[in-house]
Amino acid sequence: MLKILKYSIFDLLRSRWSYVYFTFYLLLGFVLLFLNNDVNKAVITLMNIIIVLTPLIGTIFGVMYYYNSKEFTELLLAQPIKRSQIFMGQYLGISLSLTLSLVLGLGIPFVMYGLFKSTAIFDFSLLILIGSFLNFIFVALAYNIALSTENKIKGFGYAILMWLFLAVIYDGIFMISLIIFNEYPLDKFSLFATMLNPIDLSRILILLKLDISALLGYTGAIFKDFFGANIGAFTSILILMLWVVLPLRRIKYKLKRKDF
Amino acid sequence: MRCLILFLFFTITLQANTIKVCASCDVKTIKEAVLLAKKGDTVLVKKGLYKETKIYISKGIHLVGENYPVIDAEFKTDSVFAVKANDFSISGFKFKNIGMSYIKEIAAVFVSHSKNFTIKDNILENVFYGFIIQSSKFGLIQNNKVTGNSEKESTSGNGVHVWKCKKLRIEQNKIFGMRDAIYLEFVNESSISNNISADNIRYGLHFMFSNHNEYNNNEFRNNGAGVAVMFSKFIKMHHNTFHFNWGTASYGLLLKEIYDAEIHDNYFEQNTVGINIDGCNRITYKSNHFIRNGWALKFTGGCYTNTFEYNNFMHNAFDLSYNSRLNDNKFEANYWSEYTGYDIDKNGLGDVPHRPVKLFSYIVGKTPETMILLRSLFVDIINFSEKVSPVFTPDKLIDKTPLMRPVNPVE
Repeated sequence: MLKILKYSIFDLLRSRWSYVYFTFYLLLGFVLLFLNNDVNKAVITLMNIIIVLTPLIGTIFGVMYYYNSKEFTELLLAQPIKRSQIFMGQYLGISLSLTLSLVLGLGIPFVMYGLFKSTAIFDFSLLILIGSFLNFIFVALAYNIALSTENKIKGFGYAILMWLFLAVIYDGIFMISLIIFNEYPLDKFSLFATMLNPIDLSRILILLKLDISALLGYTGAIFKDFFGANIGAFTSILILMLWVVLPLRRIKYKLKRKDF
Repeated sequence: MRCLILFLFFTITLQANTIKVCASCDVKTIKEAVLLAKKGDTVLVKKGLYKETKIYISKGIHLVGENYPVIDAEFKTDSVFAVKANDFSISGFKFKNIGMSYIKEIAAVFVSHSKNFTIKDNILENVFYGFIIQSSKFGLIQNNKVTGNSEKESTSGNGVHVWKCKKLRIEQNKIFGMRDAIYLEFVNESSISNNISADNIRYGLHFMFSNHNEYNNNEFRNNGAGVAVMFSKFIKMHHNTFHFNWGTASYGLLLKEIYDAEIHDNYFEQNTVGINIDGCNRITYKSNHFIRNGWALKFTGGCYTNTFEYNNFMHNAFDLSYNSRLNDNKFEANYWSEYTGYDIDKNGLGDVPHRPVKLFSYIVGKTPETMILLRSLFVDIINFSEKVSPVFTPDKLIDKTPLMRPVNPVE
């Protein structure tokens, strides 16, 4: 597995896409800090980008890598290596290289602008942690879709749809149900609904850490009570982990039955 | 004739005596000195510790503390000075440990039915009420420092508590850790300026039924609920700073039923709500700065004929929100950091009108729970589509001539 992991990381490095991704984050970090020079404010702006872009890029990378390396994967499958090891190796390779680009790309400019001296260091590390989680989650989801769909175009379509659903449509449905069921107590429902979507969960986790949480009003207070307590923080990390583990299990399950 | 006047003048001034109070003087307590003093006399209290309360002053005398003599009330439930006199002054004292009571109003200085008085340069520590002024006129309360350690609203008092007064000046006081820093009720034609009120558990400034007053150059910082002003007419608020009033129940400035007021050149930074406006008519808001607030302006009731011009709205989560109709309010030539229009003729005014109400703030106004979708991509998308073709937000609520650059930018 390690060998395959190493191979896929090197492969990705050769394909220059991780460099592009890395440079993108690097530029983003520098431009953000150049524009307002305040690490605290930059962290807030960064949140929006991380929450939308990391899932999208994770999804596209996952699907793209699977389809591109399909022939090589088939070659590997002919060797006496366990299927799960091949795919886990590939999965970890993509996720790790994406996470590395994220951490280095954003870390370098922020450290250069005095992150360690600023009070934002905790918020920033939370942001990076959540960004990495989102990478792992969405690459896993993308791999699931790619494994289940032979057709490349269809696979891409489904993957983008999945991202669109979790990033946009889900919130739309959420909002509409909040408006329709306005007369009922909704705090438990909203707590539950945010837990079900990794993007929403990440957004709320970061929002509550930033002092913007005072705007969230009554529901926000309930969220703060829940996530501020140890149980809440523990639960949300657990749920993010579940979001990684469950798709991985499905990959394994799919692999056992798939006829390549 | 002139000699006679001079003579009379000198005899009168010479008649005013000074009574010294100290541990080694003839007069050892302030109470004794006050009893001895005649109208116009000065009681000079030397440095030392005086454990006294219930000092009644009924004549126009001047109490002067030298090097801040300490008056310790030892948490007795009585005011230190209770004054009912004209032409008196109290200055240079340090009051400590005023007792708390649920039924009595106990203050360091309790003034009632008085005229022409000055209370200045005092230090008040750990007090229940600082100053209570009732039914009085022409007073100056200046340069006092009041600190309390309030924990609960029900067991704490106000820094400067004024009831039914006229023509007062409350200036350069610093008030921390009380319930309300400055509380005014039925106070008219007064001026409140250059005060600092911070870290009070309820309001930095609280007034009701107080007309024709001016509030200038005050700073209100980190108060539990910010500043609340209600049921008053003809008020002027200029050059005040409201900042860091941040919390779920906090306002920079809460206006309720305020009519015909001027709110100019104020600075609102990082408050949960910059100004909460409830049933206020005919107010002009001019050259105010709203910077990084949750809501810059939040309307919660019928507000008519208000004018907003030359204000800066910068980096607020919401510039404007309302839950009823906002007819007849005029927004003109404000700077909005969210404005994305252009200025082809380079006259400094944007060519496309700006709509300050976003669809999301409209939805949040209707269903507050949706607030948890703040900063979601979905929200950005619906805001954008609403901006391009407005359906829900009112057509009339626009700034036709938004400024391209901020007015008098502050550092």
